[in-house]
Amino acid sequence: MNPHKKKWSVDFKIGLVLVSAIVLLSLVSFVYTPYDYTATDGTRKFLAPGLKHLLGTDNLGHDVFSRIMVGGRYTLLMAVSTVASSALIGSILGLIVGYVGGIASQIVMRIMDALSSFPGILLALVMVSILSVGPFSLVFALIILFIPGFTRIARNGMRQYKSRDFVATASIMGASHLRIIFVHILPNVLPTLLSALVIGLSNAILAEVAMSYLGLGIQPPIPSWGRMLAEAQNYLFNAVWCAVAPGVIIVLVVMGFQFLGEGIRKRYC
Amino acid sequence: MKYLGKRLLISLLTLVLVSLFTFIAFSIIPGDPARVLLGQDANAAQVEAMRETLGLNKSLPERYLSWLVGFLSGDAGDSIKYHLPINQMVGAYMPVTFSLAGLALIIMIVIAVPLALLAGRKENSVLDRIVSLFSTLCMSAPGFVVGILFIWVFGLTMHLFVAGRYVSYAVDFWGFIQYLIFPALAIALPGAGMLIKYLRDSLMQQQSLDYVRTAYSRGNLRGRVLFVHVFKNALVPALTMLGMIIGDLFAGSIIMEQVYSIPGMGRLLISSIMSRDFPMVQTIVLYIAIIVVLANMIADILIQIIDPRIQSE
Repeated sequence: MNPHKKKWSVDFKIGLVLVSAIVLLSLVSFVYTPYDYTATDGTRKFLAPGLKHLLGTDNLGHDVFSRIMVGGRYTLLMAVSTVASSALIGSILGLIVGYVGGIASQIVMRIMDALSSFPGILLALVMVSILSVGPFSLVFALIILFIPGFTRIARNGMRQYKSRDFVATASIMGASHLRIIFVHILPNVLPTLLSALVIGLSNAILAEVAMSYLGLGIQPPIPSWGRMLAEAQNYLFNAVWCAVAPGVIIVLVVMGFQFLGEGIRKRYC
Repeated sequence: MKYLGKRLLISLLTLVLVSLFTFIAFSIIPGDPARVLLGQDANAAQVEAMRETLGLNKSLPERYLSWLVGFLSGDAGDSIKYHLPINQMVGAYMPVTFSLAGLALIIMIVIAVPLALLAGRKENSVLDRIVSLFSTLCMSAPGFVVGILFIWVFGLTMHLFVAGRYVSYAVDFWGFIQYLIFPALAIALPGAGMLIKYLRDSLMQQQSLDYVRTAYSRGNLRGRVLFVHVFKNALVPALTMLGMIIGDLFAGSIIMEQVYSIPGMGRLLISSIMSRDFPMVQTIVLYIAIIVVLANMIADILIQIIDPRIQSE
């Protein structure tokens, strides 16, 4: 049974296409956007989607498509930085407490359970209100929010492999604790962590978009999908495309990451 | 009984910890509430007098205790922004949020249970694939996006309700429920997606067990096996999520109240955060924490009743 003979599932392929399309769109925005995303034009308000403006224009004459492209940069950047940090902190913590075990592990896991039993958005709201309103406190809040998930996965993986023969062998051969944790056990837990990481990206995007919608995340003049939706709600009747465009892109990117994560899980786990 | 007592104790301990953490968190914020209250042109003596009346010059443990005692005796202090007793305001906003979240819970169960049963009948059937696609779609669409979509489809296009024209339950109860149906549906969908997925997976898992084969061999029909034997057992793993789902429903309400301009706890919370009305934020957070902890406790007790073999560590 060679696991590499397994084919990638349909889930994975759909996810990969969606995610790479949106990542590409955001990357391209650094060198090219159809229009300047800050340019306002009073004569071009509420234009319906068409050849000149692919996704129409909003109340100030902004080109919606350009703003979607630029908004993607910040949403993706925030998602990647939060999930990467919390995965790093969470999995190191989980691996260590899983290896050490005992009362330390119990205490850490109880705190993690308590943390994850609260609705994420509530924790984010509290933290943003304590720190200050803005993207940096949001990133900080989300990092703390996502740590428990990774800690749990890493700890469970560690407990699963700790008593295996190959670990005992390594230990007899004189490998240090750190070497056993990171060289012998971590590679086995990695696929599960990777899948959780990708699904974590979709959760991070959901959280960021919701907070930006509430006006507590990314602040203007930087365009963000959440804020575009909040603004579009005011003129929903005149220009529904202003709400549909960010709404659809959010659903697509979240779905993309979920499919991708599920695909990774199906192949390796 | 012993389990019940232990569970109650854990919940109580969690709540004390949560109250302590929220209190400390809101006490270390830079900025003086007395200064905020009086504005920039107050002189030092006035600020000092205000600190005296607010009890800010006492030590941190003393302030925590007096806040906790006040909260428990029903006096959580006054709101900085509205100059009204916090509990009076929360009392006016709370029923709205409870109705919204309760309605969402009912809608979620009504959608999720039948669909999970349909999908769980046979793995990888056409029905299973359709339901699974539906649940993924539900989980990918954030509640507020669906909410805005509903405003456009049901409100602006089909004229089933007027967005923003909220009717208080005191004025017209049916009008109130009617207005809440669409936001409740939007809150329920992500939770329904998750519930379908879990319930379906656990139905599948149960069906491969020996007792199911035995039930069939005794001549039971598929429907009876599914409803009477499998469903009850499959419910247990799904119930462990109930606490989390109820938390999510309240979290969803916070945002949806903003989308539909419903005067509930969420709207109060967000506007208090914006105006830095910390005593208010602190109290609302504690109330929501109580709801979440209670929901988790009830879920655990329900599981214990359904399957007494499960002893929590």
